[in-house]
Amino acid sequence: MVNVTIDGRQVQVPEGTTILDAAGKAGVRIPTLCYWKGLNEIGACRVCVVEVEGYHKLFAACNNKVQEGMVVHTNSPRARRDRRLNVEMILSEHEGDCATCVRSGNCSLQKVANDLNITVQPYKKNAQKDKSDPRFPLIRDSGKCIKCMRCIQVCDRIQNACVWDVINTGSRVTVGVEHAYRLDQSDCTLCGQCITHCPVGALQERDDTERLMEAIQDPEKTVMLQIAPAVRTSWGEYFGMSREQATMERLCGVLKRIGVDYVFDTDFSADLTIMEEGSEFLKKWTEKSDELPLFTSCCPGWIRYCKSRWPAYVPHLSTAKSPQQMFGAVVKSYFAEILKEDPHRLFSASVMPCVAKKHECAIPAMNDACGDPDVDLALTTRELFRLIRSLNIDPLLIEEVLLDAPFAFGSGAGNIFGATGGVMEAAFRSAYFLATGGNPDPDAFRDVRGMDGWKEATFQILGKTLRVAVVNGLGNADRLLRAMDDGKVHYDFVEVMACPGGCVGGGGQPVHEQRFMAAERAPMLYARDQTDTLRFSHENPSIQAIYQDYLGEPLSELAEKLLHTDHESWHMPKEAWRPETVFG
Amino acid sequence: MSRIRLFTENQAQQTVEDLYKDIERRISAAQPGLCPVDLAATFLHICRSQSCGKCVPCRIGLGQLEGLIDSVFEGSATLDTIKLIEETAESIYETADCAIGSEAARMVLKGLRGFRDDYEEHILHHRCTAMQNQPVPCVYQCPTHVDVPGYLALVHAGRYADAVRLIRKDNPFTSVCGLICEHPCESRCRRTLVDNPINIRGLKRYAVEHAGVVHAAECMEKTGKRVAVIGGGPSGLTVAYYLSLMGHEVTVFEQRDKLGGMLRYGIPAYRLPREVLDEEIDVLKETGFKVQTNYRISSSEEMKDLQKRFDATYISLGAHTGRTVGIEGEDAKGVVPAVKMFRGIGDGFTPDFHGLRVVVIGGGNVAMDAARTAVRCGAGSVTVAYRRRKNDMTAQKEEIEGAVEDGVRILDLTAPVRINKNEEGHAVSLLVRPQIPGEIRQGRPQPRGMEGQDQEIPCDRIIVAVGQGVDSDVFGEFGIPLDRGKIAAIDTSEILSQPGVFAGGDCVTGPATVIRAIAAGKVAAANIDEYLGYHHEIQVDVDIPPIGLRENDPCGRVEMKMRPPQERIQDMDLMECGMTAEEAKQESGRCLHCDHFGYGIFKGGRIAKW
Repeated sequence: MVNVTIDGRQVQVPEGTTILDAAGKAGVRIPTLCYWKGLNEIGACRVCVVEVEGYHKLFAACNNKVQEGMVVHTNSPRARRDRRLNVEMILSEHEGDCATCVRSGNCSLQKVANDLNITVQPYKKNAQKDKSDPRFPLIRDSGKCIKCMRCIQVCDRIQNACVWDVINTGSRVTVGVEHAYRLDQSDCTLCGQCITHCPVGALQERDDTERLMEAIQDPEKTVMLQIAPAVRTSWGEYFGMSREQATMERLCGVLKRIGVDYVFDTDFSADLTIMEEGSEFLKKWTEKSDELPLFTSCCPGWIRYCKSRWPAYVPHLSTAKSPQQMFGAVVKSYFAEILKEDPHRLFSASVMPCVAKKHECAIPAMNDACGDPDVDLALTTRELFRLIRSLNIDPLLIEEVLLDAPFAFGSGAGNIFGATGGVMEAAFRSAYFLATGGNPDPDAFRDVRGMDGWKEATFQILGKTLRVAVVNGLGNADRLLRAMDDGKVHYDFVEVMACPGGCVGGGGQPVHEQRFMAAERAPMLYARDQTDTLRFSHENPSIQAIYQDYLGEPLSELAEKLLHTDHESWHMPKEAWRPETVFG
Repeated sequence: MSRIRLFTENQAQQTVEDLYKDIERRISAAQPGLCPVDLAATFLHICRSQSCGKCVPCRIGLGQLEGLIDSVFEGSATLDTIKLIEETAESIYETADCAIGSEAARMVLKGLRGFRDDYEEHILHHRCTAMQNQPVPCVYQCPTHVDVPGYLALVHAGRYADAVRLIRKDNPFTSVCGLICEHPCESRCRRTLVDNPINIRGLKRYAVEHAGVVHAAECMEKTGKRVAVIGGGPSGLTVAYYLSLMGHEVTVFEQRDKLGGMLRYGIPAYRLPREVLDEEIDVLKETGFKVQTNYRISSSEEMKDLQKRFDATYISLGAHTGRTVGIEGEDAKGVVPAVKMFRGIGDGFTPDFHGLRVVVIGGGNVAMDAARTAVRCGAGSVTVAYRRRKNDMTAQKEEIEGAVEDGVRILDLTAPVRINKNEEGHAVSLLVRPQIPGEIRQGRPQPRGMEGQDQEIPCDRIIVAVGQGVDSDVFGEFGIPLDRGKIAAIDTSEILSQPGVFAGGDCVTGPATVIRAIAAGKVAAANIDEYLGYHHEIQVDVDIPPIGLRENDPCGRVEMKMRPPQERIQDMDLMECGMTAEEAKQESGRCLHCDHFGYGIFKGGRIAKW
């Protein structure tokens, strides 16, 4: 243990503790900006500098360790002046149009500057001008970037996508795309983790909210909107709503107030995915075991990563479309028939915790229902918030409304799709049934739950042992594929979610400075599953109905047409064999 | 009334002189990988401030040039701007009245020719081709990428054995390099920005000498793969050491009596004592590689046979044949190539030069070694004849100074013309011609003889140290591609036309430094391992002490001391003295720890394994 004094308060901390953490223990708050614990401890912004007695230089509190007897002053005249000047320098390079910035009110730089009572700017404004292509789902504005380097770190160290890097040298250093000139020419997976780690508004998704409003205002269009499992865990966060307040029914009420005609639950098509993917797996497992392992395909960030980095594994991706895309295909066929409506007049939108979904719905081949895109528009949870706010709607004043039949709900299995391990667990609940004709204990596959990056489990079905793995975060996916490629691990079925923690931690979710939200949101999905009376996808009456009335059985010809896709129908920019790009 | 006055510097000027020194040091330690266009603009800015303002091209033109280069950065330039920059610079060069303007313009022109790609990249793509990939200068500058800040921290903490183990992760020759490494690690040391580079080599020596016996690392599981290493010098032994650690079965074939290559048959014992070398080689041999000495590959058939018996081969012959000057009388008795003399010494035959007058021809490190060895072999006088200026010598400055202290006379601008012999065919004198330094080409002035001024240097022995070649004929016959006698291996140490055959060290680069030979061995070891179908990783479980806060006030660098000349020239014992504990503590404490402070903490501060 080490004894230190911080702002006159004595505290004892273990050896190796940073000044920042020691200060926290002493009840002294030190402002930080570039710092993200465990990910970015590089002392770049110099906002957390403190004065240490005996030294003339100031030191970053975030990455320097305390020493026995150290006396630290966080608010000495020099510490205050230097911290303020550093923030003013950052502001001089920052395009600070707060009034028109998506991160206004949730911006770490704004908060630091406000907290330090900075009201004048002594330095000449000198922000960079580059803005990336506004048509791509992920947009970077150089003028707002404060070079905290978090995007580089999360892209390199968590996702192993290595898209962002430091470019140029000296005072012209900025963040750019590695091995390409433009983002849309890069291997970017569109996971969006750089957005949720950006302290300012330098990175954001393409805002498509106006396109939804245009469709709503178009009298020719019938607008349906699906809500992804993970969105229900987070949509109320920016409104400051409690879990009890931010229900699906309240969100439905809000969307109806906005003018959406039908509000559906993506949990339904998650159940549908289970029927198709589970059947596909069982078929391969029993008939074509040389085609195993099977990889899940619900996560478009993972599909993009697999195609650009591990193209040899593309044939192992399940052909089942993601729940978003299955929903779109069903709406513009089955549901259009129910409505007796021309499918071309249906506008199919979604709210997703995800940026890559914007790309997925724009894949040209995703038009199986009627020739139009199966899903016309994908909004992120953050866009949903901005849309509601822009219409001056206070959700707390809106009454709860039930979602629309026949896709008003899914099973608990479909619901846990939003968290890492959820797809695998849901798939096995039904695969067990499809293989044996009887239901397993719904919690039999609980070993794949939890926030670990790489989980393994073995299950017994029909006396055979199944080896499965669940990874979240593309860096873990990469490690798994490398080990698999080296022959070190063998699995039959692998679930991959690009974002750490799964969709609950998705790149389209509300941003919270330095908080790993997936761990806080996932339990909400599991809690609902536990109390649900319906815990198996195959028992969802809407699922039973659609197969009975329309699709026939899983993997039927119609099911193949509407609910499956060819992952080779489009290409990542750097896929070796054909350099084409899908522009979302 | 005073008519004239003495010039005295005012305080402002004195401060400026200090600042010049600061910027000189800063430039000398500048990290590679900076944007060349940015630097061109920056240098031009300095040049502008030097203009007296009299003439148009310099006063106005340089400013306009800088503006044009700035427009390249700002994104307003087009490819036509490059042409305007070039024309403007040419015009300034041609019309400026004095060197302040014309030389500034010439720098811009040089840059345009040297890095036009970079200008174009900025204009077309608004970015720079330069990449900052060297966060920790010493680690990057060391060809083997030894974790320098890591072991300096260990030395500072008194953990010498751990320091040695950490160094051995990347470089098995810790003792050798502690004594004779050319220490490229010091060349860009960031401490130079404050005062002077850290004495890294001296601290390595201190660690080694205070570590006690540090055994080789544990070998990994046996693979059953067999690797032949041809040549037991630093490069070959490095390969043997790392591949043995990785579990491969290695046999080293050495044509001489003992292992060590140039370390034994080239470096004098007063710089590298034989017992130090032997101990180091003994540690490497703990990994279990086999050694066959007095084994020379003398035909391509033997090479074929070797290739059959082994899964991979590493060629590290060294460069052991002495080049000749090409003058009349070089065949005289008493004329000996330096390599031959050192080879004899390596095998225990020390020449007796008592009372003899010795002349050494050459200006490199080998020439200095030869001259200083001759002094220690009792020579009555030792003279070095070198055709360029002393400043142009390729030998290290401290070696030249040390030789002079040892009593060696250096005759620079003195080109050998002829060796005169007596009736018995023995050399009696060296005819030399004084030189005048001429036009500068590739950084060095071309010397030109002054006719009619030839002088005779009477002498009894002439040692020729003008370069070495590679004895590679047999390998050429076998089918190894050669490049002017050197083995043509690529930077992965592979030989493209010969799968499974690798090469490195002096036989590939020509005579170079021990650390470059070791680096080649390290690269080859990794790539041979891959070639054999493995991916063994070399790492070490040494935890680096936490880096404390530091102020970095200027503090003098501890230099190595030498035994007094009159004492050291009496024997072949080590002439350099190690640091004291107090010196080592202070010197290791000067490290700025670029692994923790600066870019190192963000990117590549520590390479834990390879």
